[in-house]
Amino acid sequence: MSTMAEVIEPTAGTISAADLASSQHSRATVGDVTVADPRMTCRGVDVWYGAKQAIKGVSLDIGKHEVVSMIGPSGCGKSTFLRCLNRMNDTIDGCRVTGSIKLDDVDIYDAGLDPVPLRAQVGMVFQKPNPFPKSIYENIAYGPRIHGLTNNKAELDDLVETSLRKAGLWEEVKDRLDQPGTGLSGGQQQRLCIARTIAVSPEVILMDEPCSALDPIATAIIEELIDELREHYSIAIVTHSMQQAARVSQRTAYFHLGDLIEVGETNDIFTNPKHKLTEDYITGRFG
Amino acid sequence: MNSEAGEGARPRRTIDVVNASLKRRYAKERRFRRLGATAVALGLAFVVLLFADIILKGYTAFQQTYIQIPVSFPAEAIDPEGTRDPEVIGDANYMAFIREGLRGLFPEVTQRRDKRQLKGLISVGAAQLVRERVLADPSLIGSTQALWILADDDIDMLVKGHIDRHAPEGARRVSDQVIGWVDRLEAQGRVAKRFNTIFFTHGTSREPELAGIAGALMGSFYTLLLTLILSFPIGVGAAIYLEEFAPKNRWTDLIEVNINNLAAVPSIVFGLLGLAVFIGFFGVPRSTPLVAALVLTLMTLPTVIISSRAALKSVPPSIREAALGVGASPLQTQLHHVLPLAMPGMLTGTILGMAQALGETAPLLMIGMIAFIVDIPGGFTDSATVLPVQIFLWADSPERGFVERTSAAIIVLLAFLFVMNLAAVLLRRRFERRW
Repeated sequence: MSTMAEVIEPTAGTISAADLASSQHSRATVGDVTVADPRMTCRGVDVWYGAKQAIKGVSLDIGKHEVVSMIGPSGCGKSTFLRCLNRMNDTIDGCRVTGSIKLDDVDIYDAGLDPVPLRAQVGMVFQKPNPFPKSIYENIAYGPRIHGLTNNKAELDDLVETSLRKAGLWEEVKDRLDQPGTGLSGGQQQRLCIARTIAVSPEVILMDEPCSALDPIATAIIEELIDELREHYSIAIVTHSMQQAARVSQRTAYFHLGDLIEVGETNDIFTNPKHKLTEDYITGRFG
Repeated sequence: MNSEAGEGARPRRTIDVVNASLKRRYAKERRFRRLGATAVALGLAFVVLLFADIILKGYTAFQQTYIQIPVSFPAEAIDPEGTRDPEVIGDANYMAFIREGLRGLFPEVTQRRDKRQLKGLISVGAAQLVRERVLADPSLIGSTQALWILADDDIDMLVKGHIDRHAPEGARRVSDQVIGWVDRLEAQGRVAKRFNTIFFTHGTSREPELAGIAGALMGSFYTLLLTLILSFPIGVGAAIYLEEFAPKNRWTDLIEVNINNLAAVPSIVFGLLGLAVFIGFFGVPRSTPLVAALVLTLMTLPTVIISSRAALKSVPPSIREAALGVGASPLQTQLHHVLPLAMPGMLTGTILGMAQALGETAPLLMIGMIAFIVDIPGGFTDSATVLPVQIFLWADSPERGFVERTSAAIIVLLAFLFVMNLAAVLLRRRFERRW
């Protein structure tokens, strides 16, 4: 592995020693991982795929009404970390998560906690737009229907419209709600997926490189949308594009080889990175 | 190959090297193509040969020779009291009436031996057919009708030209005298080949002209229906559990290997298993569609499971993630999203499994389906036989009439297999990858 990994900066921030007890091998994070008004709090999260450790003692808060972006080179574990937040990693064989991840002070990895309602609270938008091969209407209505969020057809219709409006897709599709969602363009599909996520009124929305399969115009529309969504939701977004992170997020977390290297205000990270690795990545020396 | 620059010779450019080898490469490609084309041609030739042979042998079985004979139904012999009671009508000796009419056509035949030969012109089952006719229409009683009477299979073969008239008399099944009679009847227009409805409406028989595939068809139908009912839910359920829910560990690996191995087990072994377990241990009645379906279910299950798992695998994981991501439970994810997308593939696999089951013979021989059963089965627990076993039985029969019936039954079986495979192909086309 790289020798520069040996460069360890002094710890800053306010996490207690107990929080870090489970992760002896991890590098300490530079910057303040906590926020005043957190929606989700993660402390000392380790993730193993079989014998391989993918995430090493990561602690991070996701505040209310903020967008946290996670950046870092490929294979740094940012997507893995994101997928821990709604237990999507449960579906992967041999994946083991330790540490504590709390949503509104409830440990989501508690043995008694059901991941199904959790995923209604923590929605997810995936890298590749993945609408169901059903009508646009059904795509949005599916979540509310299985959770029983509406009492009748009129309410469901309303919810579908509201969700599509919030995702900025209503005007484009209102005349063809019965047509397959897979027939939309890539950017529209991704907004459809965002609308589908919004429809179950989650508290947190996780986005795993939501624009990597889209063209610049569609990307701009989605970025604008993310900024609007911040008003109602907490958003964690993984992105490969540093410009995107700079544009949409209030805080940025830089991951490197399973470690959370540095967290801070997005402006600070991009203008004045404290850790050498962060600086190297941001200035394009590797990644 | 290796052109070292600066060894005296002028350095060769890459393009020269490429050009030099090009001819050889193309020749190789041409050879390979010719080889492939030859293989395809050979395969096609064998298929054409097979089909031509079967169809040429079998198509004549769809026609059957009938002889027109004036038959009188004297009221005093059939229904002297005039009650029109079906039992009374049914008891009459219809063979006597037919023989009477036949003798009327050949008044010169008086010898006992010749009379017996004359009687041999018509099928032994003709009386039964005429009886059914009179029972259906009692107004025939007291009249004389020019009826088309089913001919004996030897006469049928003679009319269809399957018997060599120039062979010495002792070497063929019909005598010169009979040939003379048949020629005379033909000259009078009293011999005709008509569509062989008996072949499709009757069970099997020792007499080729009375043998039909209805019994075997119904047997196959009941067997396949039950096989489908059993193997589809079990196979799909097993596939879903193994593919989507089961933990991946040594046990599931073992199960997977065993399922793949089961698909390669010779079918006769399943027959022995069925004999020992279903009939011997559980006491399921032998030679019934029920026990046949149980055995065929065992046999087709691996096919159904393997194809269903392949269909599930081909559903992109992004669909599962999408469903789980909005908070669907794993079962909802399966039932609402994955299963509908995998269903065409599963159905295709199941249809192919059913086609395999329809053509299966060996294991059914072990569980008594080889019994000679004339009655058409009316349910899952009636004794029955199935099409391929019927073909096997007829192929074993010495009469010339069964040769064409064997081929005809094969044509029917192939037609069903063809339709099933076509359905599988259409299903696959119709529902192929909509995401």
